[in-house]
Amino acid sequence: MLGDDALAEAAFAEIEEGTPVDKAWVAALDGQVADYAAAEDEYFRARASDLADIRERVLDHLTGAERTRPPAGAILLAEDMPPSRFLSLDWSAGGGIALTGGSPTSHVAMLARARGVPMVVGLDLDLAQVQPIDAALLDGEGGRLNLSPTAAATEAFNGERREAAVLAGQWAKYLMKPAVTANGERVLTQINVAEPAELDRLDPEICDGIGLVRTEFLFHDQSELPDEEQQFGVYRRIVAWAAGRPVTIRTLDAGGDKPIAGLSMAQESNPFLGLRGIRLSLVHKQVFRLQLRALARAAAVGPLKIMLPMVTIPSEITEAATLLAEEVASLQTAGIACRLPALGIMVEVPAAALAVDRYDAAFYSIGSNDLTQYVTASARDIASVANLNDTSNPAVLMLIERVARFGRESGREVSLCGDAGGDPRLIPLLLQAGVRNLSMAPTMLARAKAIIAGWQPA
Amino acid sequence: MSETPIKAAIEITNPTGLHARPAVKMTKLAKTFGAKIQVAFNEAGPWIDAKSVVKVMALKAPKGAVLHFSATGVDAATAIAELSDLVRRDFDENHDEAVAHSAVGQGHAG
Repeated sequence: MLGDDALAEAAFAEIEEGTPVDKAWVAALDGQVADYAAAEDEYFRARASDLADIRERVLDHLTGAERTRPPAGAILLAEDMPPSRFLSLDWSAGGGIALTGGSPTSHVAMLARARGVPMVVGLDLDLAQVQPIDAALLDGEGGRLNLSPTAAATEAFNGERREAAVLAGQWAKYLMKPAVTANGERVLTQINVAEPAELDRLDPEICDGIGLVRTEFLFHDQSELPDEEQQFGVYRRIVAWAAGRPVTIRTLDAGGDKPIAGLSMAQESNPFLGLRGIRLSLVHKQVFRLQLRALARAAAVGPLKIMLPMVTIPSEITEAATLLAEEVASLQTAGIACRLPALGIMVEVPAAALAVDRYDAAFYSIGSNDLTQYVTASARDIASVANLNDTSNPAVLMLIERVARFGRESGREVSLCGDAGGDPRLIPLLLQAGVRNLSMAPTMLARAKAIIAGWQPA
Repeated sequence: MSETPIKAAIEITNPTGLHARPAVKMTKLAKTFGAKIQVAFNEAGPWIDAKSVVKVMALKAPKGAVLHFSATGVDAATAIAELSDLVRRDFDENHDEAVAHSAVGQGHAG
């Protein structure tokens, strides 16, 4: 397609008119991307992302960014990395990320974990002093980067890698089996999905369902908000992948560290305490209604559940439930297939965890990342306080225990979908706190199930 | 150029329609002729350049659509005959392969 002048025809005309080349190119391609995205046929709709890819690659060449595209398998050394950059790179040949800034709970860290890409953050290193090198050793588990490895260090590193591979082989035996504790208690293990393309590589047999679909991916690299049909197509595909297993989709959790152009507030003195999650959705009702409609339609295909992020007061649930009921009614009137999905909430604001019995929801999912940062008053994306941002803090565990107990006593489903759910160090603590439903990055499942198999109540 | 164009109309039988590979095959073949070749969804047009893969893909012709060809030039008759034959041969697509291709496409749609 790049060899065909017709692709850039509109751009050439614009350039003659005096439009800068990059702007003209993006405008010309945006038009064609939108044209494919609006196609009735699913195959042609899917070509929109191919054209968007062409747009970005040519743009990289025009702006000189192509020169900064790393070779396959490289370790990227930088101060920080935006999620869009991570998603634009090809990790199929391996490689890793080493950051002087960043945080283990940032969005890009979640993506890296989901993809199994080794990553180290908060390195004490002056990037300006780094000399060109041929090889470096990156240990994502141990959080170490060696920029001048000796033959002996490389040997030792490779030895550790072999040992890790042996351990991974042992854990892998648990992957396809349901998780059961040493004393025979069943623990549900679900997966978190940040990007639907991740599912292509996965067998649904590995999990009991999808405990969290982050819908922010819908807004990546989009010049405008995705319409109902686009969203429905994506949700339906996720539900189809799960093949009858429950799929929990979180409504847009924009704001905080996940700003979305044209939607979240550009200037807030403290975005984590600002207009984010359900708060933002209840302000932009049209965007929210559209998402609820698409979700209700996909719920007709399989067991889809809707989860509201950042719920702080009970009336946010009733308000969302009213909007959902209105959209379902309007779909039914129009004769469009749909179903009223179960409506649950994230428990991540301390107010909701402390007084959880005041919140009437179909299910509760503990968002341990945000709960931890709000309880410990330490931001997840500030490396200098990352040591305080610790889910094993007894105060955080007390709240988790409280929510789990409420679930048991009221007969309502409680799960946990933060990074803690797949953390080998934290899983025993979460089980001890009474959690029996963990959702985690797919790459963490095998080891998590192995840890659960070796655990029994103290 | 007042010569009468040579025309043909053939139905697409490929399960995924005139998708990327068939579109490339068709435009590559069209480019081997000197004739000016145009293609359209129906007689009334709009008629587009059959040598541009960008424009042919953008037709988004699904299975069952009828492609109209129109060509003018010395080798117009051969061009129309060969292009019609390509569509009739289902673009030499192996159908199992075409289905697999479609599944990959779905994965990218997100």
